[in-house]
Amino acid sequence: MKRAGFDSRWLPILLLVPQLTIIAVFFYWPAVYALKSSFFLQDPFGFGQTFVGLENYTSLFDSSEYLKVANFTVLFTVLVTFFSLALALLLAVKADNVLRGAKTYRTLLMWVYAVAPPVAGFMGLLLFNQRWGPLMELFGHFGWEFEMGADYSDTAFAMIMISIWKQVPVNFIFFLSGLQAIPKAVREAALIDNRSASGRFWDVTFPLLAPTGFFLLIINITYALFDTFGVIDTVVRGEPSNNPMTLVYKVYVDGFRGNDLGGSSAQSVILMVLVLALTVFQFRMVERRIHYT
Amino acid sequence: MAQVTLDSVRKIYPNGVEAVSPASFNIPDGEFVVLVGPSGCGKSTLLRMIAGLEDITDGALSIGDRVVNTLDPADRDIAMVFQNYALYPHMTVRKNIAYGLKNRKTPKDIIAQKVDEAAKMLNLTDYLDRKPAQLSGGQRQRVAMGRAIVRDPALFLFDEPLSNLDAKLRNQMRIEIKALQRRLGVTSVYVTHDQVEAMTMADRIIVLNSGKIEQIGTPAEIYHNPASTFVASFMGAPPMNLVAGELDSGHLSFAGLSLPVHADHRGPVTMGVRPEDLVIDPDGQLHMEVELVEELGAHRLLHGMVDGQRLTVHLTKEIKAHTGPLRLSCHPDRLRLFHPETGKRMDAQMATQPRTQTESVAS
Repeated sequence: MKRAGFDSRWLPILLLVPQLTIIAVFFYWPAVYALKSSFFLQDPFGFGQTFVGLENYTSLFDSSEYLKVANFTVLFTVLVTFFSLALALLLAVKADNVLRGAKTYRTLLMWVYAVAPPVAGFMGLLLFNQRWGPLMELFGHFGWEFEMGADYSDTAFAMIMISIWKQVPVNFIFFLSGLQAIPKAVREAALIDNRSASGRFWDVTFPLLAPTGFFLLIINITYALFDTFGVIDTVVRGEPSNNPMTLVYKVYVDGFRGNDLGGSSAQSVILMVLVLALTVFQFRMVERRIHYT
Repeated sequence: MAQVTLDSVRKIYPNGVEAVSPASFNIPDGEFVVLVGPSGCGKSTLLRMIAGLEDITDGALSIGDRVVNTLDPADRDIAMVFQNYALYPHMTVRKNIAYGLKNRKTPKDIIAQKVDEAAKMLNLTDYLDRKPAQLSGGQRQRVAMGRAIVRDPALFLFDEPLSNLDAKLRNQMRIEIKALQRRLGVTSVYVTHDQVEAMTMADRIIVLNSGKIEQIGTPAEIYHNPASTFVASFMGAPPMNLVAGELDSGHLSFAGLSLPVHADHRGPVTMGVRPEDLVIDPDGQLHMEVELVEELGAHRLLHGMVDGQRLTVHLTKEIKAHTGPLRLSCHPDRLRLFHPETGKRMDAQMATQPRTQTESVAS
């Protein structure tokens, strides 16, 4: 076999330069900059900086507020990921069984996908509005005085609801196409082998959806951690005071509102490490157990 | 074990297409029935209705003594082998085979015993812990068989199980399936579009064409006495020769051939004769212009024209053949007459035995 090669050593490098430049400028440089500034204490007005070593990190872990936000982020991520996956799977399985008007039905379920996160947040605000939100009225009937923006857990509830609502259609699309990729004959074989519909789902359909599910798990954790920023920002409206927020939102609040660039950088470095660990875990531990046909 | 009875079973799809016209037949216990026909003839739909994978629009289907029309597939006591095997890709061979038993609350030790027995019967013992993706096509087919036989069902259903295999393996599996069915004695319905499979495997063949049953009969009946020109041309390779002849009072004529016949019909008629029933005869009345000799080792096929109509002649390997003019004759008993418009076979009696009956072969 003759290897196709380049005459010059420099040409391939030259061809890689645009890609490498983009990665370097938009990823490595900010990452290195964040890492560097996490070891410094910045003057809020931009007059120089002082090297403080790991102090930014240690003060984070001593801060009960940071730990509270971290705890909330974990809870938020778990709930949003679980419920958006579970609801989407339920809807996909039901939609997959629809015979008449299946296309219209599916399109309607996918619509929310087109809504941008801040708009989703804003729509959530309308639904949960203190004075005339329809959901408020509903909750009122059950004697629940819902106070979004004032009550910590009520705000958290609204945030989680809106985030799940926003993510369900994405998962729905993937689950539905995953379901449709399962060979019809395999399902029919299951139909003959097992009379219980739920048994067939857990024994055959669910394991065959695992590759889709695994992919969505990564997408959803990332979504809950990072992409819910817009939703959270709209819900707390830049008044984080007593409201719940996620780690990513705190990076923004501390860095751009509090002008604590060092502390904010330290937080982003922690997030980077978290994402790295998550990725390694997912590909090393989970993927191995999943059947890919 | 059970007999299967279809009473005017019919399928109409929501778009109004009638996939299966009312079909009635009975399959006695232990019989191997093959549904055969070209694609789109409704044979798979019929099988899927028996399996319960497709609703029955009209009519009654019973397996054993039960009418099963509204029963779920899992409750019909059937096992099915699919064209593309339909194995569960995430389960090992063992789990694939055991799955149906597990869901029927069979005790674990009995499952293990049955799986081992089936694996031994199908030469799968060494592969029990593999996943389907690690098996060859023939092995997957065996796993699908294993999944069916461990269940001891009342009825086996086969949906073109061999069409994904290569020719050599197909011949081998054909024999294996047939032998297995003989040994187990389970009533079986087998769908195929391959007439060789139908002929070789069936106790009885049901030939379907555009949703209608054309003929039900043993392979020999179907081959020698096709009920219609469709059956005549579909079964047998090469198919039966079908040529246009003429019937007038007491005589059937085609090319140089004239035979006395008792038939009510007058006018044009379709005449059918199997290629092996045409014999070379120096005194024969059929003058054939041979255009092509197909050498098949065990036998030869001559293709040519008689009076502007195409004919195929089957010769055993001892007989030499070459292109050019040739004289043929045919035993009148071997001629079949069909209605020129409906294609249905007409009952006609060949009156006498003309001189051309000599079976002696000239070359």
